[in-house]
Amino acid sequence: MSSTRLRKLKEWWIEKAILLSGIFSVVFVALIFIFLLREGLSLFRGESVFDFLLGKSWYPISDPPRFGILPLILGSLLVTLGAAAIAVPIGLAAALFIAEIAPGRLKEGLKAGIELLAAIPSVVIGFIGMITLGPWIKNLFNIPTGLTALTGSVTLAFMAMPTIVSIAEDAITAVPRQYREAAIAMGATKWQTTWRIVARAARPGMVAAVMLGIGRVIGETMAVMMVTGNAAIIPHSILQPVRTLTATIAAEMGESVQGGAHYAALFAIGIVLFIITFLINGVADLYLHRSRR
Amino acid sequence: MVTRAAKFSIQGLHVHYGSLCALRDLNLEIAAHEIFTVIGPANSGKSTFLNSLNRLIDLEARSRVRGEIRLDGVDIRAGLEVETLRRKVGIVFALPLPLPVSIYENVVYGLRMQGVRDAKTLDAAVERSLRESYLWEEVKDRLRTPAMNLSGGQQQRLCMARILAGQPDVLLFDEPTSGLDPISTARIEETMLILKEKYTIVLVTNNVAQAARVGDRTAFFLMGEMIEVSATSTMFTTPADSRTSDYITGKFG
Repeated sequence: MSSTRLRKLKEWWIEKAILLSGIFSVVFVALIFIFLLREGLSLFRGESVFDFLLGKSWYPISDPPRFGILPLILGSLLVTLGAAAIAVPIGLAAALFIAEIAPGRLKEGLKAGIELLAAIPSVVIGFIGMITLGPWIKNLFNIPTGLTALTGSVTLAFMAMPTIVSIAEDAITAVPRQYREAAIAMGATKWQTTWRIVARAARPGMVAAVMLGIGRVIGETMAVMMVTGNAAIIPHSILQPVRTLTATIAAEMGESVQGGAHYAALFAIGIVLFIITFLINGVADLYLHRSRR
Repeated sequence: MVTRAAKFSIQGLHVHYGSLCALRDLNLEIAAHEIFTVIGPANSGKSTFLNSLNRLIDLEARSRVRGEIRLDGVDIRAGLEVETLRRKVGIVFALPLPLPVSIYENVVYGLRMQGVRDAKTLDAAVERSLRESYLWEEVKDRLRTPAMNLSGGQQQRLCMARILAGQPDVLLFDEPTSGLDPISTARIEETMLILKEKYTIVLVTNNVAQAARVGDRTAFFLMGEMIEVSATSTMFTTPADSRTSDYITGKFG
């Protein structure tokens, strides 16, 4: 057999193997979604979508049970917005500092530190939040419990930060050196170059970093369950206990009856979460593509 | 020619990168409103020379500069802020480098940086500088579109407009047409010949014929030394040094 034919055969196999892996990853996502839909949609035989999404009370084991997830959605939203308000400005500023200003050794040290932060298991962060941050917030605001939405936001900010910093830093570093030179050659100061040229050119990547960071916050379960107090009530302030969508699934799945309405309701929450994270990742993707244009 | 005031006067300029000497004991005067061209093979110190004139050389961490450069009699290190110097001495690079914004924003970038807000002033600056760089007629109807959509030659003229908007004194060109087709190159050269009425131009080029076409005076650099400087017509007809004639007749380089 000629070597070209052998090579062609090899090419063919490699190509197909890669194609198959690609197909598999898409199929798995589709299967997960189908499974979620199958388990979750059965809830809506007895319950209207409207009551589910906008119902104000979540009493899954009372009689009759009430499956209104508005408090949970608001809980997730409040914790996420709080975390974003903390993590986004600090994270982006840190990324700019690391990419543009920090001298060599400090830069390496900071990058290693950020990676380490990303590697801490969420349960450990939750634990620290529970035993140190919670009591501190309780004393600071003089409230009955330190396990509040604010505690959750601060804890989650620590988890979103590494994602935001490392992706934003990549985006900033990827700005062509020539842009900086062009700006400096026109008499721009270091700060003007960083702010008006580099941050501007890196903006799509920075937006993507923020979206992915927020995506991580919304999906986070363990830490948030440990520090938010888990009260399924509509929050009126950031200093009240809240319960998130994720924490509800994690806490209640064990005690629900398989195939029952409660079980289906938890899966329906899963669908809602899936759609939210899908949208967020979609927006992030859009921006990432624009940056590569 | 020599009666005109010197724009730049350079004395005893040495530039080192680490232990490598890139420019050795350069003494030179560049007159106002001339096109001063610099030719020479790669690594002859041409770009180092150009980058010394607006202190972009400072960005090279390992560079060391000795000697004195005066712009209108003022020492560019001791007597001027570096940002002011770079506004007065604009540079156009070899590759056109529009910023990733609209044509309009590219031109007013430097002005906005200086804090100019007034829309009329900005509009006027855009039209003036785009006319000066002979781009106005081609882009006047699409000033708000991304600059990246322009052709290479148009991008290079946009980069010229961007510098001109800041009303500099001196324009430095670092092989500005090396990436352009002959027609775009011709347009850039025409533009330079008109611009010298208002500005002083220093042109570094790999293209010997280009130096002959547009230069008033020409310097030949070789391995960090200026071998010869004379009126362009003299250099291309009766060069004083045999290395110069070898280079311009294409025997090496």
